[in-house]
Amino acid sequence: MTGPSRTLRGLALGLGFSFLYLPIVCLVVFSFNASALATSWSGFSLRWYGALFDDQVLLSAAWLSLRIAAASATAAVVIGTWAGYVLARMGRFRGFSLYLGMLSAPLVLPEVVLGISLLLMFVEMDSLFGWPGQRGFFTIWVGHVMLCMAYVTVIVQSRIRELDRSLEEAALDLGAAPLKVFFLVTLPLIAPAVGAGWLLSFTLSLDDVVIASFLSGPGFTPLSPEIFSRVRLGLKPEVNALATLFILLVGLCVVAAYRVQRRKETP
Amino acid sequence: MKRNWRDFRPPARALAIVPPFAWLALFLLVPFLLVLKISFADLKFGVPPYTSLAEFGDEAMRVTLHVRGYVLLFTDSLYAGTYLNSIKVAAVTTLWCVLLGYPVAYYIARSRPGLRNLLMLAVILPFWTSLLLRVYAWVGILRNDGVLNGLLMWLGVIDRPLEIYRTDLAVYIGMVYAYLPFFILPLYATLVKLDLRLLEAAYDLGARPWQAFLRVTLPLSRPGVLAGAMLVFIPSVGEYVIPEMLGGANTLMMGRVMWGEFFTNADWPMAASITVVMVLLLLVPLAIFQYGQVRQMEQAREGLR
Repeated sequence: MTGPSRTLRGLALGLGFSFLYLPIVCLVVFSFNASALATSWSGFSLRWYGALFDDQVLLSAAWLSLRIAAASATAAVVIGTWAGYVLARMGRFRGFSLYLGMLSAPLVLPEVVLGISLLLMFVEMDSLFGWPGQRGFFTIWVGHVMLCMAYVTVIVQSRIRELDRSLEEAALDLGAAPLKVFFLVTLPLIAPAVGAGWLLSFTLSLDDVVIASFLSGPGFTPLSPEIFSRVRLGLKPEVNALATLFILLVGLCVVAAYRVQRRKETP
Repeated sequence: MKRNWRDFRPPARALAIVPPFAWLALFLLVPFLLVLKISFADLKFGVPPYTSLAEFGDEAMRVTLHVRGYVLLFTDSLYAGTYLNSIKVAAVTTLWCVLLGYPVAYYIARSRPGLRNLLMLAVILPFWTSLLLRVYAWVGILRNDGVLNGLLMWLGVIDRPLEIYRTDLAVYIGMVYAYLPFFILPLYATLVKLDLRLLEAAYDLGARPWQAFLRVTLPLSRPGVLAGAMLVFIPSVGEYVIPEMLGGANTLMMGRVMWGEFFTNADWPMAASITVVMVLLLLVPLAIFQYGQVRQMEQAREGLR
């Protein structure tokens, strides 16, 4: 790459990355703004962080969201890994296309479709069996597992495909039962992908507005729908403070993960 | 002797395949069939707020299919306009993602391996922070008294604030912003696997760099472009959060109209009809996406042999 392509390269990457990072920088900068207007700078202040930690509604919504996210990420990883393994190792079977279609549908279908269809099912189930009754933790959990498992499946199945099959074959030849092979050979090898899937699911669940709005009941508003109902009408500086803390946390996690990975790759 | 899963008793294989399949059928297929069913029901006061399709009486089963929702969808110009507008917004978003994302993915794939991983990390990083919060950040940037207008006025480029917030333009900016990583990722995966010897061969045969790009790189990256475009287009059509936060009252999109029917008007059958038509419209792009996935998988499988 020489000559004009280097300029072009700088231009394309510069433009692309500033587009991706501009909003994040703005969020962080304006979280320290003294003015309530949040659009014009009027001095450094931490008042919005104070307001954030005094906001009981927001804090309890955050606690509910964290619990839902942990529960859905765990379930999504179990089912998603299972589905990814089936996809990568079982070859073709009857209904394979339907299986693949159902697996990739939540990945691309608009979230409103997933939300309304699950809600209608819970309402119908409730009128047929008297269960699950009031919508709340369980219904949101199911919705989020459906949302996240497709991502886990994609990550895990591509990792399994990269694996050296002979390792599993060797274990089978030595007489290990298939289930044992999965837990003692395959799972440790795909653990990083499973971990990444868990983290991604956790983030997706925390972030989701649409499915949680459809599937939450009275008194059960997770963080994202709560934030959404506040900011749809304008700017709320305490949300900037929350966003900054969130970005800081994610940034630290990613840097740590990157360090660990680098150390593994260059022993 | 090589043994693998295929050699085991069918029950073991079935036991492995069935549970995820059953979960998906229960929580994806069944709910969708219910949406289809309720789209043919009529409004009713009570819980649930819609009529049942079949009624028993006098040793006869009467099945009544109400098509009010569908009739409205095809006769009321508001709904037709909404569908067209959603498709337009999704198409423009996809186009801009291609125009912005292709160069980024291309130059990342052509970087040194170490730098490449770092840059891809930078593409994925915003993805790990809340999309809702990042879209909210655009409100602060695009408002009349926001960062962008402040900067442009300070520079003296404009003397009156540009009206972007609560317009279609703001929706496009927000949507391209939100979906750009979804386009870059699959395209990058395709570009990085591209055999560079093909390009060298093209150069050796006298191709100019742009000729080599147009006739070698571009055609070979088509699966990545297609997968990325579908990953952007399909969810864009039903997007709710971004048009609600950045768009004006007249930025009509299917997700928003359906949301309104459901939550504001409590008209569940109508919301169900809108959803059914939305999914039917998305079937063609979904089929393209699915086809690409199956083909990729088969190629990967053949590559292993």
